[in-house]
Amino acid sequence: MTNPATLLMADQGPLIDVHAHFHTPWTNRSDWARYNASRLRAGDAMGVDVHVASVLGSWGYHSPTYFASPEDQTQANRWMLEFAASQGDRVRAWVAVNPNFTAHAEAEITAGMAQGAIGIKLAAGRRADDPLLDAIAEQAAAHGVPILQHIWQDRRRDWPNQDASNGLDLARLAARHPTVTFLLAHLGGGGDWAHTLPAVADFPNIVMDLSGSGIDRGMIDEALRVVGASRLLWAADLTLCTGLTKLRALPYTGASASERAAMRYGNAVRIFPPGTFDRVVARHTGMAGTPRMGAA
Amino acid sequence: MTIGETGTPGGTTAGPIDGTAWIGGYPYRELPHPDPEVLVRVLAREGFGGAWVGHLPGAFHRDPAPSNRHLYEAVAPFRAVLHPTPIVRPDWPHWERTLQEAVDRGAPAIRIYPGLWGLGPRHPALTELAEGCARAGVVVHVTMRFEDLRQRHPIDGGSDVLAATVRGLVRREGASPRPVVLVAGAGREVIEEIHWGLTPEEQGRAFYDFHWVWGPPEDHFAHLVRTLGPERLALSSWWPLRLTQQSRALIDLLPAAAAETAAETAVEMPERAPPTFADFADGRRMVARAAAVAQSLT
Repeated sequence: MTNPATLLMADQGPLIDVHAHFHTPWTNRSDWARYNASRLRAGDAMGVDVHVASVLGSWGYHSPTYFASPEDQTQANRWMLEFAASQGDRVRAWVAVNPNFTAHAEAEITAGMAQGAIGIKLAAGRRADDPLLDAIAEQAAAHGVPILQHIWQDRRRDWPNQDASNGLDLARLAARHPTVTFLLAHLGGGGDWAHTLPAVADFPNIVMDLSGSGIDRGMIDEALRVVGASRLLWAADLTLCTGLTKLRALPYTGASASERAAMRYGNAVRIFPPGTFDRVVARHTGMAGTPRMGAA
Repeated sequence: MTIGETGTPGGTTAGPIDGTAWIGGYPYRELPHPDPEVLVRVLAREGFGGAWVGHLPGAFHRDPAPSNRHLYEAVAPFRAVLHPTPIVRPDWPHWERTLQEAVDRGAPAIRIYPGLWGLGPRHPALTELAEGCARAGVVVHVTMRFEDLRQRHPIDGGSDVLAATVRGLVRREGASPRPVVLVAGAGREVIEEIHWGLTPEEQGRAFYDFHWVWGPPEDHFAHLVRTLGPERLALSSWWPLRLTQQSRALIDLLPAAAAETAAETAVEMPERAPPTFADFADGRRMVARAAAVAQSLT
């Protein structure tokens, strides 16, 4: 139980969770501190070196999770950045914004980047192909950071409490901003992942994370076949258990050792600002930088 | 190469018996190599000593008889490891004969899919089946769902099985006996709705496959281990639908101390030693429980 010796995995080396979340005191759950501690404890047991994390407003307490008010989001970002700063290399921050409030979003991004954020988190306040997101994408380009976009795999209808995007929506945004890297969130996070893969296959500036509670057999295999290892990033999102399962499954996908290293951390090193993970990688390998792997 | 395809033999039949596996295809998406010989290799790789195996296509058929024939034939060459768990549809003519054939062929459990059959809580046919399985010493395996609601095919209108349906199978009513039940595919909320809606005697006949329960940081699994006990929670692979490593991942990520998962408002619970893999339920333990139930009725 949480003994690293029990967590047998074929692969060792750096491990970066590019899709993590924490909770703050300003939330609707009394166990927010336990939740955060559990994420760090389980991450340690699994060998997670870095949690790249965001906080989505008040998680529904004061304003809806996916339509966070500017005040809630500012408070959440401030907490997230301070928490990341307190954790050293262990936690890095996405700055989350609600694109319906353009000026506020731009100010949050500017402030967040100044305080160490390494990317921009977009949830479901607006469809990904909405023109309002262009300003956010331009900010990402200016700062040289990726955008993590919440995605509903094959949205066939509207669902409550979010303007969810699917792969096709994100592809339209990515086509308008070819210099920006978009990280498509949680391939295993619900919906039909099989729809997402062809939807984004022709857009090389879209990469995707493997997080989510979904552990369909065949999902990773098909993702490898359609987009390749250089566009897949391991992550956990809300369920570290399924993250561990996917880590243990990777050796049986046929992915080579270098491809698995790319999914564990190499692709993250590539899409985030240069030097972001140098110290973490150096701890494992004695050298900084991106591991050798297939073409992006 | 596909996950699960590269498993190499070498496991031991002394390992736990996986309670939830199938062979065969799934109507709504491609499943890589859902063949019994592949399952045997995967079980060995993952340390299972065997598996209760259903025939997946039959879940979506009206008549279960052809599906059951396929199942018995397919697992016959691997009978030491793969234990057939046929479908018994209690609203189908002569279901009693299907159950008797399962008993005669040594099936440890039978499968039911009440959500796909339109059989709701306390349906008389389910009640009759429950009594029959109790007397036969056969476990009733209930699949609550195959996929997350959000990804289902538009024509997949079968609903998740309600907790009330399971309670109806397990609850004693007068002199009518009730069987041992394995609930597969449920999350914390449904498991708790079943467990805490049963008497202590009834609780002892309900087991929960925990493959779909969330681990850290929500720690639903740790909560259930703490409140229900590992003996109620059953190991499984969910092959070929889901990645087989999940049961072990959940156990490996359990915290060392219960306090690490207790919400601030939770009542105090007695401290228990962290469970090991061997503390969880598996096919052998459920079979033993079902046999004890049948024995008590003779």
